[in-house]
Amino acid sequence: MSVEFDIAETLDVKGESCPMPVVKTKSTIDGLTQGEVLEVLATDSGSMSDIDGWADGTDGVELIEQQEGDSVYKHYVRKTE
Amino acid sequence: MSTDTPDAPTGDVPSRAELAARVDELETALADATDEEGQKKMSIIATKGTLDMAYPPLILASTAAAFGYEVTVFHTFWGLDILHEERSKNLKLSSVGNPNMPVPNAVAALPGMDRVTTKMMERKIDDNDTATIEELIETSLDMGVEFQACQMTIDLMDYDEENFYDGVTTGVGAATALQDMADADIQLLV
Repeated sequence: MSVEFDIAETLDVKGESCPMPVVKTKSTIDGLTQGEVLEVLATDSGSMSDIDGWADGTDGVELIEQQEGDSVYKHYVRKTE
Repeated sequence: MSTDTPDAPTGDVPSRAELAARVDELETALADATDEEGQKKMSIIATKGTLDMAYPPLILASTAAAFGYEVTVFHTFWGLDILHEERSKNLKLSSVGNPNMPVPNAVAALPGMDRVTTKMMERKIDDNDTATIEELIETSLDMGVEFQACQMTIDLMDYDEENFYDGVTTGVGAATALQDMADADIQLLV
């Protein structure tokens, strides 16, 4: 699948488990500016549901895409506010 | 059929203008009620100090903070150990009373067994790259979680406030916890 947006920053949380992928995604996206996209690389299979749920329940962020690659889960989150 | 307004208002029926004013009033009240509490809140009471029971309040607190919640965790009784810098690094897992443990209770009750089961759990935590209690505390503090240490139990257990992590609030009691719970969208006793 092609990625059609610019990635402002990549957060590598490979090897880390709940709740760190969500917590670090939040901390990192706080440092971006509106409109920028954060790429999150995780190995925690729970991150697929967790980052989706977090983005859904959190103001100012939008989950653009999730990819399940070779044991790495990729998440793309845009800061909207 | 006539295009006239049916059932023309009689004496005690409110006029259109009165209804419009009432709608405005209610809309303002609704906006105030929803805006005022725009910041969601979670209040957790942490009462347990075993290794397994220290995790849920910290994982939920840091996750709620990531959702933008204002989070307060009120620690009382053995829950104080989670905030104690030294003790939080040495929390134990009880091998007795948990039928899911790989050892029967009669064996689990033998001296030193808690140390064995704690070591087993610590190894699992390490192998799975699960965050340590210390990491979760530091992360939560960074994210603005307020950790409160119950003053009554600090005195009861004879703890020194100096031994808690920096940033822990002391000098609070049940009324503070109750106030937080009353204001919170989510309240949990762990």
